[in-house]
Amino acid sequence: MTKVSDLTLAQLRDALKAKDVTSVEATDAYLARIEAAKPLNTFITVTADKARQMAKASDEKLAKGEGGAIEGVPLGIKDLFCTEGVQTTAGSHILGGFTPRYESTVTSNLWRNGGVCLGKLNMDEFAMGSSNETSFYGNVVNPWRREGDDAPLTPGGSSGGSSAAVAARLCAAATATDTGGSIRQPASLTNTVGVKPTYGRVSRWGVVAFASSLDQAGPMAQDVRDAAVMLKSMAGHDPKDSTSIDRPVPDYEAVLGQSIKGLKIGVPKEYRIDGMPEEIEKLWAQGIDWMKDAGCEIVDISLPLTKYALPVYYIVAPAEASSNLARYDGVKYGHRTKDFDDILSLYENTRAEGFGDEVKRRILIGTYVLSAGYYDAYYLRAQKVRKRIFDEFTEAFSKVDLILTPSAPSAAFGLGEKTADPVQMYLNDVFTVTGNLAGLPGASVPAGYDANGLPLGLQLLARPFDEETMFKGMYAIEQVAGANRRPAAWWA
Amino acid sequence: MSIDKDTVRKVAHLARIAEPEQRLEPLAQELSGILGWIEQLNEVDIEGVEAMASTVDVSLPMRKDALQDGPTGGNQPENVVANAPKTEDHFFVVPKVVE
Repeated sequence: MTKVSDLTLAQLRDALKAKDVTSVEATDAYLARIEAAKPLNTFITVTADKARQMAKASDEKLAKGEGGAIEGVPLGIKDLFCTEGVQTTAGSHILGGFTPRYESTVTSNLWRNGGVCLGKLNMDEFAMGSSNETSFYGNVVNPWRREGDDAPLTPGGSSGGSSAAVAARLCAAATATDTGGSIRQPASLTNTVGVKPTYGRVSRWGVVAFASSLDQAGPMAQDVRDAAVMLKSMAGHDPKDSTSIDRPVPDYEAVLGQSIKGLKIGVPKEYRIDGMPEEIEKLWAQGIDWMKDAGCEIVDISLPLTKYALPVYYIVAPAEASSNLARYDGVKYGHRTKDFDDILSLYENTRAEGFGDEVKRRILIGTYVLSAGYYDAYYLRAQKVRKRIFDEFTEAFSKVDLILTPSAPSAAFGLGEKTADPVQMYLNDVFTVTGNLAGLPGASVPAGYDANGLPLGLQLLARPFDEETMFKGMYAIEQVAGANRRPAAWWA
Repeated sequence: MSIDKDTVRKVAHLARIAEPEQRLEPLAQELSGILGWIEQLNEVDIEGVEAMASTVDVSLPMRKDALQDGPTGGNQPENVVANAPKTEDHFFVVPKVVE
């Protein structure tokens, strides 16, 4: 029979239900692949025993014809989701040894639906980064390489462990989170499908907080159908998250293949930025033609405040982070310095030892923009510009159903290539960060390849809670683009 | 706006992060670079615009003021202190704070 790792999540789900394969077999197959893929550094923690136990329990249910929507399907979990009894690091030294006594709502939902936990995936420290190079556990390596070139490339960030693991078929699908583009940019760089749902669609409870008004969890998947199945299993109202919205979760899989004829697709001219590679410009034009051919109406729209989105983000996100990360003090959990003589030096040295440079940089910026005398000039101003960006999208979505843009301004770049200048690294999120500021659903779909054979994605943005229309559009792009190449397994 | 070494020292103290003296100048330059880039927000007209803290336009839900079941509930001090570096009888232990 077909190798388990050649199956998509949906195919594996069906094979499990048909008893063509057992969950224990599938789990062992993935565990062997994870073991062989150590050079990619995708997992911080592999939970082999737990995985086999969960798989065995799933097989018992499947044997009786019972089980949830993804019964027996092995998954990777970004190490930002708290998992009961399994170390959760957020990619940071400061959470070293932290073993939650509770399970995040998202992972609880996945296990209730039958998912099997393979382990915890590497990520940028506290999800702050676009290349996975800020992780305390070392950078992840992209399974994709330029043709004829061995140079290691970034899998994107912050969900780089998730994107690389899915691209290398080390799990059927993975969870990820997106605060400024951390699902969509890595998806674009690894030929995977990444979905950031509407803010409030997925519970944030038990997800280590970075910037609470922007953070949203979503799936990283092999194809659009898999992303639809995963999102349905992750989403839902949660009273433990006061920003979680109480409305039914649609069956996203059911809309796949429905016609997109007559949909109005917005193309914002401000997303044509200086220095964007010609190939990305061409791919975008190609995407517009695909939508036209499918019977959509293309509408030129203007979002003039687009260029201010990143500067707004780099006030709002660090401000919220500086507040959220105040809890890491060497007292309640995680790392505590050995070098202290009073409570102040306990705090200051614990945090100096526990946080990496990028996290410190953002905490300092956040502290600065919230400090007396600067609050109005920076934080309040940023919140007002955010409102204007939100209004701009509301206006645009009164005229269009979806917005089509590139996902990222470049293909995967070399490790170490952009670490010298923080602002250059921040520009990775130029197309995605607007969706976080406005709370919109957004997704990246594999759409083509550059001259070096590296994958490129297209992004769709939709109205709040209109993931169904977004999935219809994503599926249409996937079908016509046919960008389903897989990276050569050079690491195994 | 550029920020100087003394400002970095002050902010690092507010953030409770020990920064060695030799890191202050490089940090001042890095942070000034980022803040300089952020300054472009001054071009945007924000007259009469309300500040937006969240995209979720609903009032915060209220629940009954009663003990919850499960992980957010009470009566589980051993779970609360389970991950603390140093504890004693369900208390967090820190250096003396009152002389």
